[in-house]
Amino acid sequence: MSAPEPKMETEEESTGLPAFPTWRGVYAFVILFFAVVVTLMVLLERAFA
Amino acid sequence: MTWPDYLVLVISILGIAVYGIWRSRKNRDLGSYLKGAGDTNWPVIGLSVMATQASAITFLSTPGQGYEGGLGFIQNYFGAPFALIVIAAVILPIYRRLKVYTAYEYLGTRFDAKTRLLGAGLFLFHRGLGAGITIYAPAIVLSTMMGWRLDLTIIGSGLVATAYTVSGGSDAVTHTQKYQLAVVFAGMAAAFGVLISRLPANVSTHDVFTVAGGFHKLEAVDFSVGFGKRYTFWSGMIGGLFLALSYFGADQSQVQRYISGASLRESRMGLMFNAICKIPMQFFILLLGCYLFVFYQFARPPVLFNETAWNQAMATPSGPRLTELERQFEAAHTEKQAAIARWLDASHHGDAPAVETAKTQAAAANERETQAKKDASKAVKDAGIKSTNDTDYVFIRFILRELHHGLIGLLVAAFFAAALSSKAAELNALSSTTTIDFYRHIVKRDDAHYYKASRLFTVFWGFVAIGFALFANLSENLIQATNIIGSIFYGVILGIFLAAFFFKKVKGTAIFFGAIVAQLIVFACYFRLGETITYLWYNVIGCGLCLALACGVQAVLNRRKELAS
Repeated sequence: MSAPEPKMETEEESTGLPAFPTWRGVYAFVILFFAVVVTLMVLLERAFA
Repeated sequence: MTWPDYLVLVISILGIAVYGIWRSRKNRDLGSYLKGAGDTNWPVIGLSVMATQASAITFLSTPGQGYEGGLGFIQNYFGAPFALIVIAAVILPIYRRLKVYTAYEYLGTRFDAKTRLLGAGLFLFHRGLGAGITIYAPAIVLSTMMGWRLDLTIIGSGLVATAYTVSGGSDAVTHTQKYQLAVVFAGMAAAFGVLISRLPANVSTHDVFTVAGGFHKLEAVDFSVGFGKRYTFWSGMIGGLFLALSYFGADQSQVQRYISGASLRESRMGLMFNAICKIPMQFFILLLGCYLFVFYQFARPPVLFNETAWNQAMATPSGPRLTELERQFEAAHTEKQAAIARWLDASHHGDAPAVETAKTQAAAANERETQAKKDASKAVKDAGIKSTNDTDYVFIRFILRELHHGLIGLLVAAFFAAALSSKAAELNALSSTTTIDFYRHIVKRDDAHYYKASRLFTVFWGFVAIGFALFANLSENLIQATNIIGSIFYGVILGIFLAAFFFKKVKGTAIFFGAIVAQLIVFACYFRLGETITYLWYNVIGCGLCLALACGVQAVLNRRKELAS
C-alpha cells in the first residue's frame, strides 16, 4: 500500500478565521486596515498643523 | 551602568542564547538545521519575520529620525503590506510546492545554474555587507555612549550571535527571536512610559501634539510628486513596494523565516501579521522620537547628543568656537522655551492671534538653534572627530540620562537582543545560500557532509561580518544607510524573480545578462547621481531595467534562432 499523497497547498485552503473564510477576504482586510491607518495619520497631521 | 543594569543585560542576552541552543538541540540533520523542524506556527513566524527586519538600528536610530524629521519616514513602509500580500498569494505557494531550502534554488529550476548563482551571489555580496553593518551600527552608538571599547563590543555581540546560530541553525534563530522581541518591546514600552512621565506636569497630551505639529513633526504623509524628496506617499507606495517585494520575497534571511511554517496557512498568517503590524509599530517608534523632541523643548538639550565626540572636540583648538556656538544654542533655546510657553498659554485661552505670534517667534528661535547645532556639527567634524549622524545618539542619551538603573540595563539588552536576532537570521541565510547554492553545486557529497559544511559556513560568515564591522565607517543616519545599501541591489534581484514568476518567455541567458547590465547601470546611476534620485526609486529603476533588458536580449536571441533555423 502506498503512502497517501501529501495534500496540495492551494489558494482555496481555509484561513481558519471565522470572520474571513477566504484568503481574498484577509487580503482585503489588510488593504482596508492600511487605508484606515493612512487616513488617521493624515487626520492627525491636519488636526495639529 | 551599574551592577543591576549589567545583571539584566547578561541574564536576558545570554539566557535567550542558551535557550536557543537548548531548544534546537535535536536538530542534527541538514533539513532541520536549514529550515527548522517544520512545525512552526504563525505567531512564531510572524514575530520571527518582524525580528529579522527590525534590527537594533530600528530601535536605536528610528527615534532619532522621528526627533529630527518627524513621522515622514513612515512612508518608507507604505509598500510593505501590498508586497506581503503578493508574496503570500503568489510567491510563497511556489516556494513551498518546490520544497526549496533557499529562494535561489527556485531560479535554478526556472532558469539555469548560472542565473541561480548570480541571484545567490548578489544576495551574498550585499547581505554580507549588511551583516557587518548590523553589528557595527549598534556597537558604535553603544560603545560611544557607554565608554566601552568598540572592537570588543563588535566582537562580543558577533560571537554570541554566531555561537547559537552555529549550534541550533534555523530553529534556534526562530525560537530565540520571539523572546528577543519581547525584551525589545518591554524596553521600548518602558522608555515611552518614562518619557511621558518626565514631561512637565502642566503639559497635556494635547499640548505635546500641538508643539510637535507646530514644528511639522506630525507630517506623516506627503502626496507631492517628485524624485528628489526622500519620503513621499508615492516613493513609499511604489519604491517601497519594490523594496519590500524584494526584501521579503527574494532575500533568503526573510524567506528562510517563513518557508519553515507547519503549513501554507501558518506561513501566510505570519506574513499577514507583519502586513498589519509593521506600519503601526514603526509609527509608534517614530512617535516616540516626536515625544523626545517635545521633551527637549521643556528640558535643556545638549548641542550634540554624542557627548563623547563633543568632549573630544572641546579638547582641540576648535574648543573656543564650540563654546561660542554652545552659548548661541542656549540663548536660542531659552528664547524658544519662552515662546512655546506663550504659545501654549494662548492656545489654552483660545487666543488665535497670540498663538500665531508666539508660534512664529518659536519657529524663528528654532531656526537659530538648528543653525548653531549645524555649525557645531561641522566644527566637530573639522576638528577631525569621526562620528555617525548625531540623531543616532538622541534616544540612547535620553535612556542613560533619564531612566532608572535596571531599566537602563533592560534598554541596552533590548538593543543587543534586536542586534542578535537580525544578525543570527542573516548568518543563517548566508550559510544556507553558500551551502545549497554554491557548495552543494560544486562538491557532491551526502547531507551529513553538507550539514557540517553549513555550520562551518555560519562560522565563516560570522567572522566576515565581525571583520567588516571592525573596519566600517558610516556617516549616514544608520537606518537610512541600511536601506540605501539594500535599494542598490534589491531592484535587480527583484527583477530576476519577477521575470521568473511572470515572464514565462524569458529564459536563463537573457535574464542573466540583463541582470548584470542592469546592476552595473544602477551602480553607475547611484555613484553619478547620488541623491538626485532618492534611494527608494533605485528599487524601481533596477527592477525595470533588469526586466526590460532581459526581454530585449530574449527578443534578440529568439530572432537569431529564427534566422539560424
